[in-house]
Amino acid sequence: MTELTYLDAGRTALAEEMRRDGRVWALGEDLGRGGVFGQYRGLVDEFGPARIADTPISEATIMGAAVGAALVGSRPVVEMRFSDFALCAVDELVNQAAKARYMFGGQGRVPLVVRQPIGMWRSSAAQHSQSLEAWYAHIPGLVVVAPATPADNYGLLKSAIRCDDPVVYMEHKDLWPAVGHVPVDAEGGLVPLGHGRLVQAGSDLTIVTWSRMVDVAMAAAALPDVPSIEVIDLRTLWPWDRAMVLDSVARTGRCLVVHEAVQAGGFGGEIAATVGEELFGRLKAPVRRLGAPRIPVAYAPVLEETSRITAAQVADAARRMV
Amino acid sequence: MPASPADRPGQPRVNAATATIAKANADRANIDRSRVLGHYRTMARIRAFEEAADQALKDGHIKGAVHLSIGQEGVASGVCVNLDRGDFITSNHRGHGHTLAKGADMTAMMAELFARATGYCQGKGGSMHIADFQVGMLGANGVVGAGIPIAVGAAHAMKLAGDRRIVACFFGDGAINRGPFLEGLNWAKVFDLPVLFVCEDNGFAATTRTRAVTAGPGPGARAESLGVPCTPVDGNDVVAVDAVTADLVARVRGGGGPQFLHATTYRLRGHTAADAATYRPAAEVEERWGDDPIRRCRDLLALHGLSAAELDQVRADAVAEAAAAVADGLAAPHPDPSYAWTDVQDVDMAPAGGGR
Repeated sequence: MTELTYLDAGRTALAEEMRRDGRVWALGEDLGRGGVFGQYRGLVDEFGPARIADTPISEATIMGAAVGAALVGSRPVVEMRFSDFALCAVDELVNQAAKARYMFGGQGRVPLVVRQPIGMWRSSAAQHSQSLEAWYAHIPGLVVVAPATPADNYGLLKSAIRCDDPVVYMEHKDLWPAVGHVPVDAEGGLVPLGHGRLVQAGSDLTIVTWSRMVDVAMAAAALPDVPSIEVIDLRTLWPWDRAMVLDSVARTGRCLVVHEAVQAGGFGGEIAATVGEELFGRLKAPVRRLGAPRIPVAYAPVLEETSRITAAQVADAARRMV
Repeated sequence: MPASPADRPGQPRVNAATATIAKANADRANIDRSRVLGHYRTMARIRAFEEAADQALKDGHIKGAVHLSIGQEGVASGVCVNLDRGDFITSNHRGHGHTLAKGADMTAMMAELFARATGYCQGKGGSMHIADFQVGMLGANGVVGAGIPIAVGAAHAMKLAGDRRIVACFFGDGAINRGPFLEGLNWAKVFDLPVLFVCEDNGFAATTRTRAVTAGPGPGARAESLGVPCTPVDGNDVVAVDAVTADLVARVRGGGGPQFLHATTYRLRGHTAADAATYRPAAEVEERWGDDPIRRCRDLLALHGLSAAELDQVRADAVAEAAAAVADGLAAPHPDPSYAWTDVQDVDMAPAGGGR
């Protein structure tokens, strides 16, 4: 076990995978100087500017080039800086990366990872704060990953890089400095895609969440007069661990989905609907969702706060369900 | 009076490569008969395939959209003859000609148009998504300009791997108004990638005249503004396309960075096979039929001693091959419905009934 930040865990994972497999390379804006958050710091010294490639500010071509490079046998790791900027490359991700294998009858694979950090962070305002994971979970062909801990950022990124499908990999900007134990092991330490993590067992209520909201849910569970809460970190939104969620809710009889993304049309709706379809007769309370209001994230902290899901809100929702 | 290629704003500035064209013209006196006959055969096969596809559409055997490249065969043949089997191409929605010229199998192509299990994509792609990775054809694409970054990325991977293979990227003049064109050419030049950009300038962006929606002097000037040398060519003169491309491919393969071929041509049919193209005068189309690249190639071969019978036989062979492809396609099985669930993604633990 090694103590690493969430940021360094990802950086370590990428470096190890690049050492292991010469086909892995990274491309994006400002990677040579370490990336916008430092996730690539020092990597150019070891791997050189060809494999840690500084690109033009051309998101569509960063993504499209990665598709072409993947189709002919390399394994690109794409950096989009912010989930918001990845919207400049939606055709390349949604119409090309996600479709190429299928449309061409399985002749080609697109083993790329697109890192697109999500979440609210330091008054970043409306174009640098979004959590758009539900958009990509909606697209057949894409794997969607949202790690919540340093260990998962290490183990999931390694799995994503080894995956032969295109992976949308969404780190949370507010988690970069989070420190945790990471089982660094170049050949081990992988966290399988598609499997949730039971963060805490409980008997009255299941909270299903991911990314930054895992910490919030855990903080809520520790507040006074809160029922016994089971917390599940999905880790991967597509495919999502239906079995773990349904098993848990079957036991607790209650399900609350918490996500930082806007509640309307969010991935919480998918989970709530599935739980309702599968466990209707066993539910002790209606399934609830807690997500952001449908407003852009504002700059002023006092306004930004209106978009933020807090531990107090989660605890309050939990209390009212039991 | 219809615009001739020379009147069009897309005509690029003359550069050193024009000398190559002049040389090609001079060489008409002494052509490589077997090579030109090869072009004639390739173009005849493309034409026969598309005419058969057009008929099959009318007969109800094809459901989806079909974009014909009738009239543009000279570019596909003239470019692809200069590529090795292992070289890559990317294409656009009008990709039958590129695919056949790169060496793909006509039977599997027709089966794909007929949505059959034996088609290149097992019936999942259709005309707009035919690919043949065995011959380096990385896919036709339904989004205008989308093949450009993909070509650039394939070339980037080749450079990264120290592989000498190159990429030819086919797109139309309509694509130059999309961002990926600008981004892709910039990228290819910045990284000095082995890409031959081939702009098939047929004058139309779907059903709109491209010049009506294009600022500035057009494709060649845009390429050159990014430092990518442009070579203009009459795309309906397959011998000229071949000669110019040979030179450009040598430069690209030799590490000279990206090159841009601006081939002017004409789409003798509508945007799709079902488009009657009433937005252009019949006289214009009639005049352009006189510039049909296949007829020009045939005239050249006749001038060099090939008999009408020999040339007719090439055409007859192509028509017979296309007819056989149609027959095979009609006889081929439809895909099993279970195919709909294959090749989506491997990482998906959703059980049956859920997560559909």
